[in-house]
Parts: sequence; C-alpha cells; structure tokens
Amino acid sequence: MIRFTRRTLIAVAAATVAATLSPLALAADTIKIGLVTALSGQSAQAGEALTRGMSIAIDEINAKGGLLGGRKLELVRRDDEGNPAKGVVAARELIFKEKVAVLFGGLDTPVSMAIVPIINQEKVPFVGPWAAGTGVTKNGANPNFAFRVSAVDELVDKAMLNYAQKTFKSSKAGLILVNNPWGESNEKGITAALAEKGMKPVGVEKFEASDVDLVPQLSRLKAAGADTLFLVGNVGPSAQVVKSLDRMGWKVPVVSHWGPAGGRFTELAGPNAKNVHFVQTFSFFGKLSPVGEKVVAELKAKYPAIKGPDDITPAVGVANAYDGMQLAALAITKAGSTNGDAVREGFYKIDRYDGLIKSYVKPFSPGMQDALQADDYVWAQFIDNRILPVGLNQ
Amino acid sequence: MLLLSALISGFGLGSMYGLMALGFTMTYAVSGTVNFAQGSSMMLGAVLCFTFAQTLGWPMWLAVLLALAACALYGVLVEVLAVRPFARQGSNAWLMSTVALGIVLDNLVLHTFGKEPRNLPSPLALSPIELGGVGLGVYPLQLLIPVVGLVLAALLHTVLRRTRWGKALLAVVQNRDAARLMGIPITRAIAVAFAISTLLAGVAGVLIAPLFNVNADMGTLFGLKAFAVAILGGITSAWGVMIAGLLFGMAEALVTATLGSGYTQMISFGLVIVVLAVRPNGLFGRAQVNKV
Repeated sequence: MIRFTRRTLIAVAAATVAATLSPLALAADTIKIGLVTALSGQSAQAGEALTRGMSIAIDEINAKGGLLGGRKLELVRRDDEGNPAKGVVAARELIFKEKVAVLFGGLDTPVSMAIVPIINQEKVPFVGPWAAGTGVTKNGANPNFAFRVSAVDELVDKAMLNYAQKTFKSSKAGLILVNNPWGESNEKGITAALAEKGMKPVGVEKFEASDVDLVPQLSRLKAAGADTLFLVGNVGPSAQVVKSLDRMGWKVPVVSHWGPAGGRFTELAGPNAKNVHFVQTFSFFGKLSPVGEKVVAELKAKYPAIKGPDDITPAVGVANAYDGMQLAALAITKAGSTNGDAVREGFYKIDRYDGLIKSYVKPFSPGMQDALQADDYVWAQFIDNRILPVGLNQ
Repeated sequence: MLLLSALISGFGLGSMYGLMALGFTMTYAVSGTVNFAQGSSMMLGAVLCFTFAQTLGWPMWLAVLLALAACALYGVLVEVLAVRPFARQGSNAWLMSTVALGIVLDNLVLHTFGKEPRNLPSPLALSPIELGGVGLGVYPLQLLIPVVGLVLAALLHTVLRRTRWGKALLAVVQNRDAARLMGIPITRAIAVAFAISTLLAGVAGVLIAPLFNVNADMGTLFGLKAFAVAILGGITSAWGVMIAGLLFGMAEALVTATLGSGYTQMISFGLVIVVLAVRPNGLFGRAQVNKV
C-alpha cells in the first residue's frame, strides 16, 4: 500500500498547479479572434457555418506557426440569438474581457448595426462575414473599423438588375418586397440601380411576413406589365410568392436576394422553387479552384459528417468566414501587432490574397470597406434541396 | 379580372378569419370571456398536424384527429389556468393571462418544433384549378375552407339556439346562479366552451397549414385579425362573425388589388373602426341590456 507523505502531497499539489497554470501562461500568448453570431435557434446552422469557415482558416494559420512570431490564433464565440441587445453585451465582453484582436459578426444586420458603433469607439477591427445591410460598413465613422467579406445590399440590388437584364432581357421590373427595413432599403437600392440606367420600376408591392396569399399584389404587377420580378424576403414569404405565381399560372422570371437560401425553400414553395434565381457569394458545387479543393478536404477531415458539397451549408457562411479570417490574419501580419488601429491600417495594406471566393487584389482601401463587389456574386437556384449555381443542372 | 381573382383569394382568407372568430363567439356567449391567444391555438393545430403527419409519418386522418383533440384539450387548459382563477374573482385579468399563456405556447413550440418554417403537403393544395380564363387559379383547399367555415357556423348556430344542451350553455352567461340552481354544471359548461373554441382555431390551423408555412408565430397576426372580425361581426352572433370574416378578407384583397399593398392594413383596420363607430355592437350584434 502506498502511503502519502506530506512531501509527496506537496509535490503532487505543486505539479497540479503547474499543470493547470501552464496552459494559461500559453493562452496569454494567443491572439484571440471573437465571433458574435446566432449559435442557437433558427440560425444555429448559420452560426455553425461561420464557426467552421473560421476554424478551418485558423487551423491552417496555426499549422504554419501562427502570426507575429509564433502566436497561435484562438476562436472565442458568443451567442447573440439574433438579438441586437444580446449581441451588444457579447461584443462588449469579447472586447473588454477577452480582449479580442478582431471581432467577427453574424448574419443579422440589426445585430451588426448595433455592434458597429462600439467597435468604432473602442477601435477594434470588425469583419462582417454575412449581414448584408449597407449601413454596416457605410456607417459614417472616420476612421472606420468595420470591414466585410459578404454581399452588400446596394451592390446586390445592382447585381440583381444586371443579372435580370443579361439573363432575361428584362426591361419592366416589378418589385415584390417584404414590408420591413430590409425590404425598404432594397426598394431604395433597386430603384436607384434602375434610375442609373434611366429606368423605373413598373410597380412596387409589399407583403407581410405572415401573408398567405400574394395573388392580389402579384396581379397588380402583372397588370402593370412587369416582365421580371425582383424579390426580397425571407424563405417563408418567398415561398408564398412562388405558390401564388403558380396559382395565377404566371410564368415570370424571379430574381431574388438571398432570402430563399435561408431554409427549406423547395419543401415550402414546391417544384417551381427552381424558377427563382437568387444571389450567393460562393458555391461548393461544380469545378473548384485549388483553394476550394483544399478547403473541402480540410472540412471533410475536421468534420466527419461532411461527405461532400451537399453538407457544407450554408455555403456562403463557410466561404465568407474562411476568406474573412484569412484576410484578418494578413491584416494582423501587416500591422505587426494586435493594436486595433494598426490592424485597421493593415487591412488597407493587403496587396493580394488568393482566396476561396476569388483572388483579392487590394481588397480594402479607406472608403472601400467591402472586399466583395457586384461582379463577385454567383447566381444560384434550388434543385431539390440543394443550392446549385444556375446552369449547373442543365 | 384583377378584382375577381382578388375576391376569390379574399373569400378563402376571410373564411379562415371567420372560423377563428367563431371561437371567440363560442366562449363569449357562454362565459363572457375569450382566449385572446386564438392565434396560438391555430398554430398549435397546424404544428401538431405537421408533427404527426410528416415527422412521425402517421396517416393524415389520424394526424388531423389527434391534432384537433390536442387543441380541445389545450382549450380546457387555457380555461383552467388562465381564465377560471381570475373570472371567479370577477377580475378581468384573464385578458392578460390568456395572452401570456399564448406567448408561453409560442415559445414552447419555438424550442421544440424549431424556428424553421415547414410545409405540410396536401393533395388539395398541389395543383391549382383554373377558374375560367388565365390567372384565376385556386387550390381546391381554398374552396373547401369557406365550405367548412359556413357549415361550422351553421352547426354552431343550430346547436346553441336549438338544442337543450346549447340553451343550457347560453343560460350560463345570462345568470350564473340561476343556471346553477337549474342544475346546469356551469364549471364544466365553460370548460367545454373553451375546448370547442380552441378546436375551431385548430380546424383553421389544419386547413391553412398546406397553404401557408408552419411555424411558431404563424398565428399571431391571424389571431389579431380574427378578433377584429369577431368584434366587427358582433361577437355574439355566429353568422354575423362568419360574414364579417368574409367581408374583412375580401376588403383586404380588394384594397391590395386596387390601391396597392401599402394601404391594406391601414384601410382594412380603419374600416373596422368606422363600422364600430356607426354600429357599436358590430354589424350583426345585439345591444346588451344591463338590467338594474
């Protein structure tokens, strides 16, 4: 039988303390990257996609020895439940307590809009990998600490018009928009994009998120002679648009913001769901670049549930977060420190990054806080339950 | 053409408002109280029907029956938990407590069913029937809903006014003590009224689910409109409420079709206020006489 003397006990205690302390000592050396997004509820999968995209990028960077002479990156996540108030609390905690070097946002524009004033005040660079509200980056602050690697409403509106003109030879735009600030901002954006080309919408109709039957609204657009519909709304009401068109027997091209991508669009809208062409920033289907192949391989290795592009959903979340994290790492390297203002300048100093979504050349400059432009968007449609680039299925 | 398709669409929606508003009539006629969260009861019917038929894969008839039974049971729960304790003390706090219970139910469903909207497929909402000419398609289900609504209104009217049992229910609200002395089990009568009330909302939920997206907050605006319809029709008249529902639904669709969707809510709810100003007891309601 082993007997513990006082000395062995002290030795064991000391060893335990040392063992618990040493990771702490190491942790002080890591560079913390914050993520505030919805991690529970309806948008949990979106939050998980952002986590995966960032984690893959962080693993790559850490495998190469980290940043700033060997400091590893560490992801610190907080759940905002899609609620601006909770997002603000989480952002404050990550800034003041965790002292994150860069803060990433989530998919809800209202949450990002609430966080942006704080990061500008506290001089912590912010990267938006999802929320598309124009005001997130065009926030009026100078210097501006908010950057984004995602779609931007006002650019999406231009892109929707360009795509409609190119693909459907559209000349008479009918707008069918959700009756909330998101619909409002896109009404302005699409009208402005049309005005730039000397055009006007033939009709603008709104719907409530809980509207069951949109035949009256759509009948007005049809009577006004619309040859293409521009749709902005979440997946539920977007499905009601498709079903109402179905009942009317009106086969009109529908070009949409990315609302339909947010749920089971085919289940909700039926077989005609595929007629809606909507904007995405990236798709893992089809021929991938070498960076794409590498990221898919890493995702499969890290998350065994991922067997192929079908399982990387939502694709935009993974792709935007991956490129956003890589760009943030480059900015920290350019800055040579984790000082907020230096990192902000670092974003402007990035010359070139061959990323997942595209090759970024001078992606940011003062006044240009968005890395993705209208030409970078891809157009997708639902084929069964998969979001495929338009044309891939033909 | 535009107007005709709007009228058809409004008729279907209006009968759903009417159906839910009948639930208000039912409990108000018996107890002078209502379950303000009828929208949540409707949502419960739709969510349970989806869960039984889609998630568990049970046959549709069984799913519908079980969902409706659960709705009726929920109605009893509402009465016991949120109405009886307050109404007994002559307090009007049931106004708030029924709303609160509805919010609890909405959030419970949010956590168990999830926030993602789902679709309940139905053979009656698969391919539209063309009604003369182009662009007037409706799903068969949209034609079935008004039929079910009118039949239920007729049934309710007949049962309440013609049968012994219905008259007993109505006696409760006229004079509680006298009813009790006449041997009417008033506690049970009120509970039954609430069960029927949420059952009607459940019927609306099951009927509308295939046309709509099933999710936790699908009933909120519906419940609100149904209450407006109940007041508009004169809450005590089953026929009045059903007709008011149809009128409200068609007014909504007509405003949308003629003036544009921006005006729909403003004008349709504005009309309710105007009608009530002219006829304070609703279109078909009778003035309440307070005997002193």
